[in-house]
Amino acid sequence: MSVQTPLGRVRGLGSAKSGTAHFWHQRVTAVALLPLTIWFVWSIARYAGAPYAEVLEFLHDPINAVAILLFVLAGLYHMVLGVQVVIEDYIHREGTKLALLMFTNFAAFAIGVTCVIAVLRIAV
Amino acid sequence: MAEARSGGPKARPRSPHLGIYRWPITMGTSILHRVTGVGLAFGTLLVAWWLVAASMGPESYDTFARVAGHWFGQLVLFGFTVALIYHAVNGVRHLFWDVGRGFKMHTANTSGIVAYVVTVALTLLVWLVAYRSMGVI
Repeated sequence: MSVQTPLGRVRGLGSAKSGTAHFWHQRVTAVALLPLTIWFVWSIARYAGAPYAEVLEFLHDPINAVAILLFVLAGLYHMVLGVQVVIEDYIHREGTKLALLMFTNFAAFAIGVTCVIAVLRIAV
Repeated sequence: MAEARSGGPKARPRSPHLGIYRWPITMGTSILHRVTGVGLAFGTLLVAWWLVAASMGPESYDTFARVAGHWFGQLVLFGFTVALIYHAVNGVRHLFWDVGRGFKMHTANTSGIVAYVVTVALTLLVWLVAYRSMGVI
């Protein structure tokens, strides 16, 4: 049993009992993604239609490898948080909602790990 | 009532009826932010495919390059870039709102229009650079 008063326990946590963590993580990833997105869009525009060897050379550069993975991973985390809100807004049947939320998380981890392996195979 | 004295009310709608209802600018930008966000969730699959294809060798990459170069592939990639650029640009508006700035109706409407204009300009710039890289133009 907690010795905190009921008010003390809920203060700052809200109805979802997780406080501002979701909101804050969404913003932190958003800020991180701004420079990463500019870099990514600029890079794909410059390497559009580039031959395979040049693309490999691009991804072999450690700076590019790190940047692309930061972009993908921050993007996936931002995506999970954002899609979660969309699902919670529109899906009200508990089972379906839970299944979709789980699927979003599984998909994000699967895509993330896949991208990490792919980039490491080229860069390392 | 003025209308009552001047011979009855004019035939005008009494409520924001669908016939005269105009979407507020901020409503359009907000809905588009969500739509592009969900679209970009699927867009991560494109990035993953590109990276996996590059890691698997020349044949896989060739398949990716051919699909990406096809007119339909180009259309999907165009949608992906527009969505990414819009979501990023409009995301900056959200970050300003998060720190309590830019909430005045005029400011929010103007920044919404600016977001649209900047999105179009940046998207055109990106595709100009892309087509120059490809040697198409």
